Amino acid sequence: MIEDPLYRESLLEIYRNPTNRGEIAKPDLEAKLVNPLCGDEVRIQIELANGKIIKRAVFSGNGCAISQASASLLAESIHGKKLSDVNKLRGNDILKLIGMNPSPSRMGCALLSLEVLMEALGKVKS
Amino acid sequence: MSIDVQKIRKDFPILGREVHGEPLVYFDNAATSQKPTQVIDVISDYYSRYNANVHRGVHKLSEEATAAFEGARKRIADFVNAGDSRQIVFTRNATEAINLVAYSWARKNIKKDDEILLTQMEHHSNLVPWQILARGVGAKLKFIPINSRGELETNKLAELVTQKTKLVALTHVSNVLGTINPVKQIIENIKHLNSRIKVLVDGAQAVPHMPVSIQNIKPDFYVFTGHKMLGPTGIGVLYAKKEILEEMEPFLGGGEMILEVDWENSSWNYVPWKFEAGTPDVAGAIGLGAAVDYLNSLGVKNVREHEKELTAYALEQFSKIQGLVIYGPKEVEKRGGVVSFNIVKNGQVAIHPHDLASILDTEGIAVRSGHHCAQPLMTVLGIPAAARVSFYIYNTKDEINKLIPGIEKAKRIFKL
Repeated sequence: MIEDPLYRESLLEIYRNPTNRGEIAKPDLEAKLVNPLCGDEVRIQIELANGKIIKRAVFSGNGCAISQASASLLAESIHGKKLSDVNKLRGNDILKLIGMNPSPSRMGCALLSLEVLMEALGKVKS
Repeated sequence: MSIDVQKIRKDFPILGREVHGEPLVYFDNAATSQKPTQVIDVISDYYSRYNANVHRGVHKLSEEATAAFEGARKRIADFVNAGDSRQIVFTRNATEAINLVAYSWARKNIKKDDEILLTQMEHHSNLVPWQILARGVGAKLKFIPINSRGELETNKLAELVTQKTKLVALTHVSNVLGTINPVKQIIENIKHLNSRIKVLVDGAQAVPHMPVSIQNIKPDFYVFTGHKMLGPTGIGVLYAKKEILEEMEPFLGGGEMILEVDWENSSWNYVPWKFEAGTPDVAGAIGLGAAVDYLNSLGVKNVREHEKELTAYALEQFSKIQGLVIYGPKEVEKRGGVVSFNIVKNGQVAIHPHDLASILDTEGIAVRSGHHCAQPLMTVLGIPAAARVSFYIYNTKDEINKLIPGIEKAKRIFKL
């Protein structure tokens, strides 16, 4: 078994069988972005409870292993979290989540889902 | 006569470096080529020995700089058999050359409801300027489709070209499919259908790799860029017929492009300087001149033969890799040294090209991945992106031999 430093088997497993790929018919929050460099596409949809807590988050889209696995892990990690806490997520949190430090040219793939999430959160009506 | 690749490789200092502990294998030449010492030294020599502004000073340094700058223009004109070198306008790159035509020629000559005919295989550089123009003047864009072999369906020209068509803009060689378009015949057909139409050819992927004779092809406009043909970045070329250039409005206003200036009005300089406002990229032009000398010393015919040999070998080796799909024509006669491909399973792209490129990078192999600035073409091909290898004079079959295990490694990582 080859363990590539960039493509750990655990990450590839998530890419092949993402746990949070799906769609919500009537999401409370949603956003989609495309990485213009590679055409990676991630949409995140969120269902809220009490307008404050993330009841369910799913992603859809297509792209490289890093962008899609990162979206799946991010969607999973925000389940049941308060919006105010999720708002504090930063790039480093995502890198910890996916357990890798991509080269500069691949950083955009890793962080695309966080950008999408922040875009979706920006639509919260206060 | 063929080219001596081992001798050539010694001229390129960058080929001595390692990437991730492996010798660099540079297969991204369609994006930009590497530069030989002969080009690097000429640029350094200009700055060290006779740096001065051109066309202005009467002092010795300015005279030397002007002679080198204009001498480069002459040799570049000869390289593409453009005839009178005053038909060669220096720009920043091929993109700027196309934008110059869109701004200075098309805005005056293309009006509401007129048609601009492009092709489905254009790079964004030969698409977006026309979108901007069409939106501005209310013109319409039409596209020559491609067939399943990645060739233009030129038999559709008769229905696509109308009395409203003012411009046809097409690439000479596709940066994705590698397809060499028969531009001479296409231009003849277009002019036969409607002689008033102007034709622009994007030669960015042709001029570095094969003999190009503009006087034989007979386009109205032909553009290319220096950095893809051993020259520095920042210098590109617009060729246009002199009578068209003389009728065109200036592109940018400023110094150099004027004859006389008073408080209210100015008169324009002669072509090509009318289109070269401000201090030009003197070092860039001189560097491109040296690049052209280098290519001439090899013989561009030999460059083409070398790339054909590498392309044929790559196509043969690729055909042995299970699941590897190649886009574009299968015959090397019909394609340049560009091979775009994907690893496919059950009709789907199984390894995203970015993942493939990242894994190849760990082996020191530089390939391009993505949509190659041709997003609409990706849609026609029904894929999100593709990986691409593109060859040049210093590439070898041994390097292609390293590519194959690299791709197999990616397949193993992705369990294919």
